[in-house]
Amino acid sequence: MALKGNLRDFSTTQLLNLVNLARKTGLLVIQGQTDTARLYFREGKLIHANIGNADGHLADMLLKAGKLSAEQAQMIQTRAGMQSDKQLGLALMSAGYVTQEDIVQSVKKHMLDIVYTLFSWNQGDFQFDQNLLPSDDRIAVPINLENVIMEGSRRIQESEQLQDELPDLTSVALRFTDNPDARLRNVNLSVEEWRVISFINPRNTIKQIAQSNGMDDFQIRKIVYGMLQAGLVELARPEGMAAPAVGGRRGGVEKPPAVKRSVVERLITRIKRI
Amino acid sequence: MQTVKMVITGPFSAGKTEFIRSISEIDVVSTERKISSEAERVKEATTVAMDFGRITVDEDLVLYLFGTPGQRRFDFMWEILSEGMLGFIVLIDSVRSETFREAKHILEIFRSYAPTPYVVAANKQDLPDAWSPEDLRIALKIDSNVKVLSCVATEKEHVKNVLLELLYSILEGMEEGT
Repeated sequence: MALKGNLRDFSTTQLLNLVNLARKTGLLVIQGQTDTARLYFREGKLIHANIGNADGHLADMLLKAGKLSAEQAQMIQTRAGMQSDKQLGLALMSAGYVTQEDIVQSVKKHMLDIVYTLFSWNQGDFQFDQNLLPSDDRIAVPINLENVIMEGSRRIQESEQLQDELPDLTSVALRFTDNPDARLRNVNLSVEEWRVISFINPRNTIKQIAQSNGMDDFQIRKIVYGMLQAGLVELARPEGMAAPAVGGRRGGVEKPPAVKRSVVERLITRIKRI
Repeated sequence: MQTVKMVITGPFSAGKTEFIRSISEIDVVSTERKISSEAERVKEATTVAMDFGRITVDEDLVLYLFGTPGQRRFDFMWEILSEGMLGFIVLIDSVRSETFREAKHILEIFRSYAPTPYVVAANKQDLPDAWSPEDLRIALKIDSNVKVLSCVATEKEHVKNVLLELLYSILEGMEEGT
């Protein structure tokens, strides 16, 4: 079953979050205005990426990462011919041009540059096809998406978009999701994010956390949005505050009607017979 | 005679009218109009006030099903329809991801009207591009204690299952409350 949609309605951040939480394996193709990006995932981790016509040759990745000079990259591409990335990597290590760590870091940088570009795409059709993987000759370096989502969210500069995601700061608090300690150990948080973390408590509204840290609405939205998308925290109603009437006009919450258990059981029996 | 009410809500074209039609013992009283907006012209007519269906349990008890209008400009009807509801069902068009944000918005509004149990029905699961209920749960950030059910609103058995699951949730809520 393919997942289809448009980034206009379901953003890159939300897509990566879905892939991460559902531990998906497959190929995500995003058709941007000028380029097409292809991201491969295995069990929720990014393992390969390319964009546009660039095939993502290993020599190009090493050049971009500064591990090879332009002349070296040119020479390798000419000589390597049809050699696969894996074969080329082994040859370069044997010849002492690069280390294994150089290759891993260069491939990671190449993938991350592509993914972070996608965070700025506001529209474009996407399709996720399950179980499609890159060819075996590619070097697949698994990257956890939590940090990618955090960093990508940091790069979202549009305050309007953030405001759309988190319109209300005064009547919403934060709480940690289940087992936050295990997740926090694997996530790189900035100093500002740690400061927000230290104030997370169902008694504190997001606005109060911002005020305590001397942050404006945009700064706190950006941080909270990143942590929400990474699944570290979730929104909660502040303790002692009545449920907000979202769009309602009564200003209060109506009690459910008093219905006896036997009535519900009669309804169940009747519907089963239909 | 006692009457109880359930509300079927969801975005424009999610399949609310079909859902009620599949199970109601009477012809659904539907207040439909021709679509005027070009952007929303994915079907010929839409519900502008409400759909109304009925299931008679016995001579003392009747269940009414109310379908809300999906278009935002008729949202003044939502609160009126929600009054006194036993529970509600949020129907989602699993194929049209552009409606997911609206579905989440509608869900939050109905939650604010009354703390009644609800379930989410992922409709149009028979179509090849339908998002699975598991993916929809993540996409719409639906709590793990809320049921997200696979559904094809034109299939009576699917509709029965969704209604039954909502009733089971209502029973569970009663047990927790006692």
